[in-house]
Amino acid sequence: MNAVWSIVQRDLSLAARRRSEVLTLLFFFLVVTSLFPLGVGADPQLLNKIAPGVIWVCALLATMLGLQRLFAPDLADGSLEQMALVPAPLMGLVTGKILAHWVLCGLPLVVMAPLMGLMFGLPTDALWMLAWSLLLGTPVLSCIGAIGAALTLGVRQGGAMLSLLVLPLLIPVLIFGSGAVIAQLSGLEADGYISLLAALLLLSLTFAPWATAAALKIALE
Amino acid sequence: MTRLNWFTFSSPATFYPLAGKCIPWLWAITAVFGLSGLFMGFFIAPTDAVQGEGYRIIFVHVPASWMSMLIYLVMAGWAGAGLMFNTRLSYVMAQALAPTGALMAVLSLATGSLWGKPMWGTWWIWDARLTSELILLFLYLGYMGLHASIDDTRRADKASAILALVGVVNVPIIYFSVKWWNTLHQGASVSLTKSPSMAQTMLLAMLLMTFCFWAYSMAVALQRARAMVLERERYTDWAQQLPEVRRGQA
Repeated sequence: MNAVWSIVQRDLSLAARRRSEVLTLLFFFLVVTSLFPLGVGADPQLLNKIAPGVIWVCALLATMLGLQRLFAPDLADGSLEQMALVPAPLMGLVTGKILAHWVLCGLPLVVMAPLMGLMFGLPTDALWMLAWSLLLGTPVLSCIGAIGAALTLGVRQGGAMLSLLVLPLLIPVLIFGSGAVIAQLSGLEADGYISLLAALLLLSLTFAPWATAAALKIALE
Repeated sequence: MTRLNWFTFSSPATFYPLAGKCIPWLWAITAVFGLSGLFMGFFIAPTDAVQGEGYRIIFVHVPASWMSMLIYLVMAGWAGAGLMFNTRLSYVMAQALAPTGALMAVLSLATGSLWGKPMWGTWWIWDARLTSELILLFLYLGYMGLHASIDDTRRADKASAILALVGVVNVPIIYFSVKWWNTLHQGASVSLTKSPSMAQTMLLAMLLMTFCFWAYSMAVALQRARAMVLERERYTDWAQQLPEVRRGQA
């Protein structure tokens, strides 16, 4: 447990010294979301209808951006190899990395998304549902994304490859996440989607650190 | 009683000649079942009451879809075996199956849209099954892409094996999520599951075609695996002794 927290602290303080990385990500999310009204037209009804999907897809893409820097800098300066040598299970360290990644990339999106929802004209209850679904969904993105990030370490065109590998696997999160908001918008019960998101979260929290640690060991061989 | 050694043919040196012996038989089975299946499908099976002659594409479409799903499972199975036993040949088999699986997925999508145009009036609908087949194709492409982008073969084998296993855990989740998504967004305009029961000859033709596709996939995968074994083992003694290798060097 100590190892997990020290990794989280390390990654957070590293990020605090390089704030531009997190800000770039948020800026990306903002810009891409604002492109949609410019592309499809400013019809409020249409915007209201596509808002859950657009915001969720943009959150997915923004997370992808952050994932490329999950393990790559540590591999480059050799600290990843040192972490693998630490007499604590690699799984714990990986869990710490995933947690830190979520705090840096997922949590800001959860806070930011309702603002974008407001600009798309979503009503208040749908905004809450959007934040709630993202709160449950973004950790899944970090978990499954970490597997992809570990597999594509040091690979040619790693960034593009990462998106190719991970995005198809994230489709269920997208479906349930935006589904919850859409259900709320159309006055239906969204509990089912939230439960499914929570189930995905538990499943990925259980298996992703293990698979990521296995993938990291291969990359470090 | 001699104990059965399960790993006899997991050695490339014993696998290579065995596969070589199997391949002609598999091609023969492919030809026999394929020709008889196509003959039954095109000339003997009755015309469909609702869909006319156009339905006959089913004899390619359905076996291709089945194979695309089955091959992913088999591929993940080999990948898991490779990670578990650390047998080189398991990775070779997994990698040899991937292009055939991707081909089957493409074939299934292409024949599906050719079928959909006259029947549904559109090349593509975001039906649950079409969408999940498309995602399956993405998974195949990701597997092959990852393997191709890592230079070190051992690392590429292991990394893509993990990806295949992660994918196989995800496939049922993706399938059901797409299914629920579909029922939420739009009612399926055409349901294939509610079609009337099939004529016996249609079913028989489809089974024949399915066996043909099985044999084809095995033949092609074994052939590809043999080529990959030769490529990877080209410096070993047994490979140097092979007549086809010596002829090439002479």
